[in-house]
Amino acid sequence: MTRNVSTHWRLSQVTWIKLVTIAILLAAWQAIAVSGLLYEGIVPQPLLVAKALWFELIDPSLYVDLGYTLLESVIGFFFGSSLAIVTGIWLGSSSFSRRAFEPYILALASMPKVIFLPILFLVFGLGIESKIAKAAMSAFFPTVLSTVAAVLQIDRVLINVGHSFDLRPTQMARMIYIPAISRPLMIGLQLSMAMSIIGVLSAEIAYANVGLGARMIHYSDQFNISSMYAVMVIIFAVTSTINYAFSKAQTPFLRYERVRGEATGGSLANAAAPGKSAVPG
Amino acid sequence: MSSATVPPNSEQRPEKVSLPNAFARTIRRLLDPAVLFGLLVVTGILGVIEWLVASDIVSRAVVALPSDAIAGLFSREFRGQILSASQLTFSLVAAALAAEVIVAVPVGYFLYRKPAFGSAYEGWLASLFAAPVFLLYPLFMVIFGRNNFTLIFMGFVSGVIPIIIHARVAFMTVPETLINVGRSFHLSQATIFWKIILPSSVPTIFAGIRLGLVYTLINIIAVEFLVDAGGLGRMVSDRYFRFDIAGTYTAICAVALISIAFTLIINRLEKMVR
Repeated sequence: MTRNVSTHWRLSQVTWIKLVTIAILLAAWQAIAVSGLLYEGIVPQPLLVAKALWFELIDPSLYVDLGYTLLESVIGFFFGSSLAIVTGIWLGSSSFSRRAFEPYILALASMPKVIFLPILFLVFGLGIESKIAKAAMSAFFPTVLSTVAAVLQIDRVLINVGHSFDLRPTQMARMIYIPAISRPLMIGLQLSMAMSIIGVLSAEIAYANVGLGARMIHYSDQFNISSMYAVMVIIFAVTSTINYAFSKAQTPFLRYERVRGEATGGSLANAAAPGKSAVPG
Repeated sequence: MSSATVPPNSEQRPEKVSLPNAFARTIRRLLDPAVLFGLLVVTGILGVIEWLVASDIVSRAVVALPSDAIAGLFSREFRGQILSASQLTFSLVAAALAAEVIVAVPVGYFLYRKPAFGSAYEGWLASLFAAPVFLLYPLFMVIFGRNNFTLIFMGFVSGVIPIIIHARVAFMTVPETLINVGRSFHLSQATIFWKIILPSSVPTIFAGIRLGLVYTLINIIAVEFLVDAGGLGRMVSDRYFRFDIAGTYTAICAVALISIAFTLIINRLEKMVR
């Protein structure tokens, strides 16, 4: 009973802190906007940004740009992560291949991928192909690292049990490998999707006529700061929604893993989440 | 037992890593058939690209000859440029990192000391960590102008979040027993912090600093490339805008090699701290 009251008090305290923080931030924003400390227009009043956001949302061309950005991100993500899963399973299951190629993958993963944009523009042109390629490149590395780590953390006992039951390779994949790697893989895919969107936005900012990145930089060049903020808000909202959708998609895997964890003495449940350690770029 | 028969600290000897041992280990690793195979495949791929470009199957306006790009790394002119560009980028990274540590560690400590604030902000921090914060660069360009302050600030906003998150977790995971021992000796709160909490949290905070450093470097190079200012990123964009294809590839190779060397050094430092 006392614990319930304490938890309830703590929850309401946390909610109040959040609400007060938002209020303070908005007040500070408004104060800076009207103070004249910065050039006029750099920090527009929150109300002006809200108005610009509304105009953006009722502008049909926003949805064309949003559609392009999402299309490029999703296609790039699909190709990049598919290739990465195959590569990751290959590297994870073969020690020789891992020793041969992992250093190159780790080295490339730690680099800022944006510097490859000139090569992508030269090879794929300035259209959506180069943005798709950038999304694929951004998605590849987090997924391949997660997949390798996921394959390596599979409990040997499970594999030995599969072999002792004379399971065929397809049965091994369906009943042991895929369930065992699904959860860490989902974390890697979540990171990859975020990286794909960031990759596409950076390519659109560098050179594009369509897409949210191009729209944002267009407003910036025109010194239309309220609309630039509005596009930023839309981009953050879209990325957060996709991130949330991926988190929700992991729930069945988490439940399944918990059941397996209990069955196997917690070895799977305690497995590290490799996707979280993937280097961004 | 006399000291003549058993040398002092004899059991610690195998842990010492001498330079010849490290060199021998590196040589052994390089002689691994798998590593040699990997090298062979990479060299083969570069050879195929060289042949495709040299025989004009792939246009030189699209892909530079790998030999030209690699040779460019050793030209005197390029060496001078890469040195000054690296110096500039790394000084920007150092300035951003110093600001990140100065801000993030006290904030992390505050969030640990005030759990309600920690609970309130942890979700926001996680969201900010995953958000594309580099999109804020046009805003800072307008505020600070197209100069080094913008680059430092962009590095700062991307690197400070992981350090705050790690610092909070580091303070939270200090064993309560250690703090209780400090209290039993009637140590002041400040002494407990400096003598117990901070030393126990250093490895985890350093993991955050390493992550923050990588984020800072990546974001600074990315913004340098996008706004054509600063050091290493500008080196690539400058050559690309001049349509110097071989130079662009050389600059990309140089930035790649520097990033890889930087990551290896940071990883080694983290292992030493742990």
